[in-house]
Amino acid sequence: MSFTLETIHLPHLPSSLPVHVALYRDVQNAPFLRQQLISGNSEFEYALIDASMILSRAHVFSAVFRAVIDYLNKRLKSRNVHSEIVFSFSPTNNIADSFRKFGISDSTKDLLVVKVSVTPEITHDSVAAHLAQSIEGSPVSFTDETLSEIADVAKIKKAYKLGALTSAPAGQVNGASNAEKMRLENSVIGAIALRGAT
Amino acid sequence: MASPEPYTPPPLPTPFTHTTPPPTLLTQGAEAHIYKTTHLTPTTPAALKVRPSKPYRHPILDRRLTRQRILQEARCLVKLVREGVSVPAVFALDWEGQSGDGAWLLMEWIEGVVVRVVFERWEAFMKAGGEGLRGERWRAEEEKVRGLMRGIGAVVGGLHRAGVIHGDLTTSNLILRSGVEGEREREREMEGEVVLIDFGLAAQSSSEEDRAVDLYVLERAFGSTHPRCEMFFGEVLVGYRDSYKGAAVTLKRLQDVRMRGRKRSMIG
Repeated sequence: MSFTLETIHLPHLPSSLPVHVALYRDVQNAPFLRQQLISGNSEFEYALIDASMILSRAHVFSAVFRAVIDYLNKRLKSRNVHSEIVFSFSPTNNIADSFRKFGISDSTKDLLVVKVSVTPEITHDSVAAHLAQSIEGSPVSFTDETLSEIADVAKIKKAYKLGALTSAPAGQVNGASNAEKMRLENSVIGAIALRGAT
Repeated sequence: MASPEPYTPPPLPTPFTHTTPPPTLLTQGAEAHIYKTTHLTPTTPAALKVRPSKPYRHPILDRRLTRQRILQEARCLVKLVREGVSVPAVFALDWEGQSGDGAWLLMEWIEGVVVRVVFERWEAFMKAGGEGLRGERWRAEEEKVRGLMRGIGAVVGGLHRAGVIHGDLTTSNLILRSGVEGEREREREMEGEVVLIDFGLAAQSSSEEDRAVDLYVLERAFGSTHPRCEMFFGEVLVGYRDSYKGAAVTLKRLQDVRMRGRKRSMIG
């Protein structure tokens, strides 16, 4: 049984809606998992995200927060809160495109799984048990450090159209790389927050 | 005699009705309330700006105005974050406002001291005898103020380079970011990164007139709130001049604006 499933209560969200997150490397059965989503198998109602598109925990939580707020306000643009989480990573309103860019693909090796307890039957233990028997991969801890090893920053910048992100203003030598990281993360989080604004 | 009713702020919009501990009200203006709360983790501080709906406006107009203004502010901030200008990052927002309880914007919390307070402290120190300083010690005081003035000029220049105007530049809308909270020694009270806040009246514009008016408003604010610092305002313009290519043109335009005031047109 997997013990790396993390259960989180995000501030402002009702305490009845905990969020369960797990991170896997070397996933072997991505085509099978993707097939379950396509066929609409309700046992596999998860947000399955290609972890190479993830910068940090804050990036993940921002997308989850956006999706759950839209769920609570009955403003979902996709089928359920879990597909909405994948969609929420996207800076654009194209749902199919957001699944292609951020969702699991047949070649996904590093996988982030998110599940929201939308009914009381969904608990940490039930999710952990189901994931342990469904996902063929090595569970790793969901930390900023692991995520930064997996992240494909060039691909992320391209997806958020931040390729032209100019380098830091002159005069920032010390700690510039950390400031650049924060700037990229905050740009991405801002894009998630503003999605759909016309 | 009947005592006045204690003030109760309007109810918070969803989802902040669940928030524990509840957000604390910091300030309120004509348009918005600012709260301190957290975001994503219980230890990440955040600023929450709520624009409550105005009952005296027609609901359709009210929704449209609120939506327009909160989006304008958020768009400017996100653009500035991308351009690397020191402003609070946007964490989340709701421009629709559920069932008329107002739109909200959740932003990065900037820890530091408002520049207005920094200058007020310095002016109080000077008044209490600092003006008697001579030689080295006076020059050190002067250099501190000049340094902060240049920092202000540089951040405003960065803002204008990014194609945004603030619309309400005062020393209350500038924060001197501090690494750690707590009292700082007098020698270092003016060191740190200057961060621009409150983009409620900001707009995207690259016109030299708009930029010059931004500078003019700031100059006038100095004159009225920090009379002892006003003599150093020229350093703001020095910091501004080097921050982007079109700065010289804007500074030239500033002279015209000074002659006539910020309203160009005399009509209406």
